[in-house]
Amino acid sequence: MISAWKTVRTIARRELTSYFTSPVAYVFLVIFLLLTGFFTFTAGGFFERGEASLASFFGWHPWLYLVLVPAVGMRLWSEERRSGTLELLLTMPVTNWQAILGKFLASWAFLAIALALTFPVIVTVNLLGDPDNGAIATGYFGSLLLAGAYLAVACMTSAMTRNQVVAFILGVVICLFLILCGFNPVTELLARWASPAVVDTVAAFSVIPHFDGFQKGVIDSRDLFYFLSVIGFALFATGVILRNHRAG
Amino acid sequence: MIRIENLVKSFGPKRAVDGVSFNVERGEVLGFLGPNGAGKSTTMRMITGFIPPTEGKVAVGGYDVTESPLEAKRLIGYLPEAAPAYPDMTVHGFLAFAADMRGLAGDAKHKAIARVVELCFLDSVLHQGIDTLSKGYKHRTCLAQALIHDPEVLVLDEPTDGLDPNQKHEVRNLIRELGRTKAVVFSTHILEEVDAACTRAIIIDRGRIVANGTPAELRGMSDLAGAVTVSGQGVSAEKLVPLGRVEVADGAYRVFPADKAAAGDLAREVAALATREGWRLEALRTEEGQLDEVFRRITLPDTVKK
Repeated sequence: MISAWKTVRTIARRELTSYFTSPVAYVFLVIFLLLTGFFTFTAGGFFERGEASLASFFGWHPWLYLVLVPAVGMRLWSEERRSGTLELLLTMPVTNWQAILGKFLASWAFLAIALALTFPVIVTVNLLGDPDNGAIATGYFGSLLLAGAYLAVACMTSAMTRNQVVAFILGVVICLFLILCGFNPVTELLARWASPAVVDTVAAFSVIPHFDGFQKGVIDSRDLFYFLSVIGFALFATGVILRNHRAG
Repeated sequence: MIRIENLVKSFGPKRAVDGVSFNVERGEVLGFLGPNGAGKSTTMRMITGFIPPTEGKVAVGGYDVTESPLEAKRLIGYLPEAAPAYPDMTVHGFLAFAADMRGLAGDAKHKAIARVVELCFLDSVLHQGIDTLSKGYKHRTCLAQALIHDPEVLVLDEPTDGLDPNQKHEVRNLIRELGRTKAVVFSTHILEEVDAACTRAIIIDRGRIVANGTPAELRGMSDLAGAVTVSGQGVSAEKLVPLGRVEVADGAYRVFPADKAAAGDLAREVAALATREGWRLEALRTEEGQLDEVFRRITLPDTVKK
């Protein structure tokens, strides 16, 4: 058990280091921080709201992550497949699970670093007013879970193909579905031919309502369960895809 | 150390590997020969547990690769075809990663890295990024990775591919050296490597084993094996004909014995004939047979053979 965890850590460490030895990490961090800044203060109307909260900051995250998270996750398996290192990695004494978990945790940690670097907004809002810092903390927690859910989806699409662009596009489309399936225009469209139960079920897959709770300072176990099960399912699917790929 | 029983791998309707069985013991270097697409790499991928067999069994060190993959993989060092390595890492970083994955730590890890760096002549590029390396260095970096845990079983897919003649020579010596204490399987399509490094060779064609033996045995399958080549002043084909079938090749006469087993006598008979006839001989030798002729004869499709 200890050695299994050590293997996961070794893989995660290699993966995380590889983000920072390529320009990917720095390009991503700069763009992420610029965009969060722009959306929060300009498009989000942080000052115009006149309230000491980070609603304008967190509200954009599902959309921001939609593009940026698949960009982080797309290389996870595609790259290994394309360069042949997948064969190297999986013939070392590791299980599929250790490899999947290690790679996922590394890129999740990278997203956590990116998110942590947005700390100036906390400083700003605390200087300007007296916000509910508990709600900000749960907001960050929810945002990290949201990023994890998208990332697990990107991890899955990355395992499907050796082409990173295809992995990226598939990842964006699936994540977009996760956002849109709760939106009224979509549910109304569905309601024309599906039973209300089906519509409700599909709508329940939407990330937005689950993410909103965290921003209000509430950690609902159902929301937590939702995100963890999206992550769990997508990683499980990754395992199945990798196994089928190897079986030929 | 390696036991393979009736191994089959199908990709759709195509049987890439079709009922291959062989064993490799410690102290053996098995050369795996065959034309491109014969199933060499597929077989090696099944030995190392990268792809599961459709049928049959692979056991390494007594561990079934499908049932106890981790135990089996711990015993194996594997150099995949095309020698993949993480391009964004340095040679040292990559070897350290391989050492970590093999559970080496602290002093053992440092010693293991130092050992493979020396074995594979990587000292001069140790802190260079793998993406900046030439093909030969990249290849040896991946080979070093396969040796880092001093494995009991080595599976090397075309270990000399892309190396210059000096490097090829070094790698062959290394394989022969390692083969004294380990079970080694390596694939190649360079036939001279079989002589240079193998204790035994298997020729595989269209997924099936078509020949299995020591390099000398395989050469013995050649038509040429046992023939006596003679050249010199006064040598005449007419006098040689009673000894066997005679061919003229490059100004020399080649006598093929009726019975291969009695090849040694043929040379003596030719020598005696030369003395009797007063020929001034320049060369007289018994042919060992040529591997490439054997290889071509058994792996070419029947249509081309005729």
